[in-house]
Amino acid sequence: MRAILRIRRFNPEQDSKPYWGEYTLEDIQPTDRVLDLLNRVKWEQDGTLVYRRSCAHGICGSDGMRINGVNRLACKVLAKGLTDGDGDAHVQIEPMLGMKVLKDLIVDMEPFFAHYRAVLPYFVNDTPAPADGRERLQSPEDRAVFDDTTKCILCACCTTSCPSFWANGEYVGPAAIVQAHRFIFDSRDVAADKRLEVLAEPDGVWRCRTIFNCTNACPRDIEITRAIGEVKLATRRGAEKQREAMRKEHAK
Amino acid sequence: MQTHQYDAVIVGAGGAGLMAALYASRGVKVAVISKLYPTRSHTGAAQGGIGAALGNLEEDHPEWHAFDTVKGGDYLSDQDAALRLAEEAVSAVIELEHLGLPFDRTPDGRISQRRFGGHTSGFGGQPVRRACHAADRTGHMILQTLYQQCIKNDVMFFDEYHVIDLIRTANGVAGVVAVNIDDGELHVFHSKAVLFATGGWGRVWEITSNALTLTGDGTALTYRRGVPMQDMEFFQFHPTGLYPMGILITEAVRGEGGVLLNDRGERFMERYAPSIKDLASRDVVARAIYLEVREGRGIKGKRYVHLDVTPETVNRYLAEAGESRRITAEYVEEKLPDILDFTRTYLGVDPVKEPMPVQPTAHYGMGGIPTDLEGRVIMDAQRTPLPGLYAAGECACVSVHGANRLGTNSLTDLIVFGRAAGKHMVEYCANTGLESLPDDAGHEAEAGLEHIRQSSGSRKPYQIRSEMQQVMMDHVSVFRTAEGIQDALDKVRTLKDQWQNDLSIDDRGKRFNSDLLEAWELGCMLDIAEVTAVSALAREESRGAHSREDFPKRDDEKWMVHTLAYPTNDGGVRLNHDKKVDMTLAEKDPRFKPKERVY
Repeated sequence: MRAILRIRRFNPEQDSKPYWGEYTLEDIQPTDRVLDLLNRVKWEQDGTLVYRRSCAHGICGSDGMRINGVNRLACKVLAKGLTDGDGDAHVQIEPMLGMKVLKDLIVDMEPFFAHYRAVLPYFVNDTPAPADGRERLQSPEDRAVFDDTTKCILCACCTTSCPSFWANGEYVGPAAIVQAHRFIFDSRDVAADKRLEVLAEPDGVWRCRTIFNCTNACPRDIEITRAIGEVKLATRRGAEKQREAMRKEHAK
Repeated sequence: MQTHQYDAVIVGAGGAGLMAALYASRGVKVAVISKLYPTRSHTGAAQGGIGAALGNLEEDHPEWHAFDTVKGGDYLSDQDAALRLAEEAVSAVIELEHLGLPFDRTPDGRISQRRFGGHTSGFGGQPVRRACHAADRTGHMILQTLYQQCIKNDVMFFDEYHVIDLIRTANGVAGVVAVNIDDGELHVFHSKAVLFATGGWGRVWEITSNALTLTGDGTALTYRRGVPMQDMEFFQFHPTGLYPMGILITEAVRGEGGVLLNDRGERFMERYAPSIKDLASRDVVARAIYLEVREGRGIKGKRYVHLDVTPETVNRYLAEAGESRRITAEYVEEKLPDILDFTRTYLGVDPVKEPMPVQPTAHYGMGGIPTDLEGRVIMDAQRTPLPGLYAAGECACVSVHGANRLGTNSLTDLIVFGRAAGKHMVEYCANTGLESLPDDAGHEAEAGLEHIRQSSGSRKPYQIRSEMQQVMMDHVSVFRTAEGIQDALDKVRTLKDQWQNDLSIDDRGKRFNSDLLEAWELGCMLDIAEVTAVSALAREESRGAHSREDFPKRDDEKWMVHTLAYPTNDGGVRLNHDKKVDMTLAEKDPRFKPKERVY
């Protein structure tokens, strides 16, 4: 089959504004990933095209971009899912929205990682470790409460598909809240209150208007909107009570 | 050219680099330089587990782990390294838990463990549960946890800076040269110590589980500065890459009970490893699959076999083996969620209902930059360290994996030896001054990049790259012969010449010039391909992942030695085989003496 690609191009060394580049690839396989198509355009037709990529199977988070209007990882979208009546794959590719475009599909990730760092995205427990030199114990039920949010690969697909984030880049965004969730509900961690303080600020969780774009965009199928809801509840009733409620929910 | 000064510079931000950074940052001023954002490092792709004899579910001991490592490595592992790995694995994994890593848990709250290839109890007995895991994303959890802790400790990161040279001095090292990928400017990092943790080079082969970024940069650029590459002929093909793209399907699938089947529906591993069958070590299983395919028993005559983890099949074989355990579809969903996602996304295959198509895929370099147990880079058979230079993780060769790495030992390796290197760097920096920077630091690297930037020959990088990948796959993969290796070597040398003299790239700009940097990476891969072929041609025996059809036997008389490959002044490769395998354990315990490997 054939692929017809429209790719948003912008090179600050040459261009005053972005434009659409058009490319046609013959003899593609239905199972080719959009990343494979981008690689072929770059390697065979125009080496100046740039985008981030690394693992090519959906676990490193490098190649988040807007594909036919939706944030996806280029390595997880297959050509066969992008065909229309004529049997060709029609692919429109743009950089993720809401962040500064540095060149072609590459956006400035620094503000995204600044939001990430703001929520204390690391394990805190200064109490003495068990005297026998072994692991801190955690029941499978306590472990299950935050399993979903441990899957986050920081690709930014969620945050850059969120209208609240587009409207106000100061909003920490879904990805940072997901990271906070992972620690707030870890029974071994002791810094939940500090994170909840950050998230109760005006640019924290309450900027979320429950639009569900983040959940739809997540390439790891994390129930992000639900996680944000759980963090919202924790800012009201405390992490401990919320964790207890979630444990009961999981036990059902 | 901007200059920065640090005590220690760490190149690469995967598990080994971050573990070293965490330790080094407690004592000295450290910078971590990575061509990616750290969370994109390939440690995140590791799936099944990290090996440590915690004994949480059944009896286990570090000595058993050391034995399995030595046997798995086909007796080429340095035994002092294998012992260090196995002993320190226990405290290292506990430390990861204390750093917050969310392992799966046993019912009583301990770290959960499962079976993996080549992990046995009682020095080669029954399979034992040694792989500590977090679903099938253990590497992801390790990478995230270490990055999080580095942020907590205010480690200085230079993200998307691509290191392209090592600054050598008369005595040792004085730092590295890097390109800021964003604006194309060169930076010199002036330091007392440098650690390379740049990962592997699976992209040298056509079918690989490795990221597009795994191009062997650190191993190649230290080589160009006179550091040998050790044991490069040993490159692991993981038996189960998803057909046809090579995406990794973790050994944990077989650890949970999955079985390999040929076109006749036979569980063929019974013939190749009667005792532990599908859980034999990777070299054994990869060869078995190749042989099945070669004898026409690939599925529908094609170059793949089936890996079946459907509850129906698994439970049938569990019952046959007299085990009481049974699995359900829900259990598979819970233990292997990412595997299910991969096969459903890429092939439309649902592993709880039907078998997955798999083929061997280029996976892991057992060789690399030679180091001692403290992570110091050594220069010769006498193990002379190069002051200030360190390496850890896949780019390094301790050598713990010998001729074939056991599943889960890559993660153990990078935690144990990343930690050792980080500790040693602190000590080293405390007792050492900065070497002065040579006047021309960075000039050669700059000239090299400019040569590529201005190139206007007839060959595109992808053409050279795909020809290299094809010929390495055909002749320097699971099975090898002198004739085939020589063909590959001739071809690689032709391609090297084209890369040097007849290359052409499109992008002549500065910003995010990945056309230029991919071409530079290709130069690294060509060096590695050449050294791999030269090393493989010289080793006239079959051992672990190096399987010579013209020399099918292991030859312990002649080949219980490591290969050291050095660059020569005329652009060739000089080999040295004086470095003997360490036999610390065998000297005290006859069970560690080389014997035939039977699984």
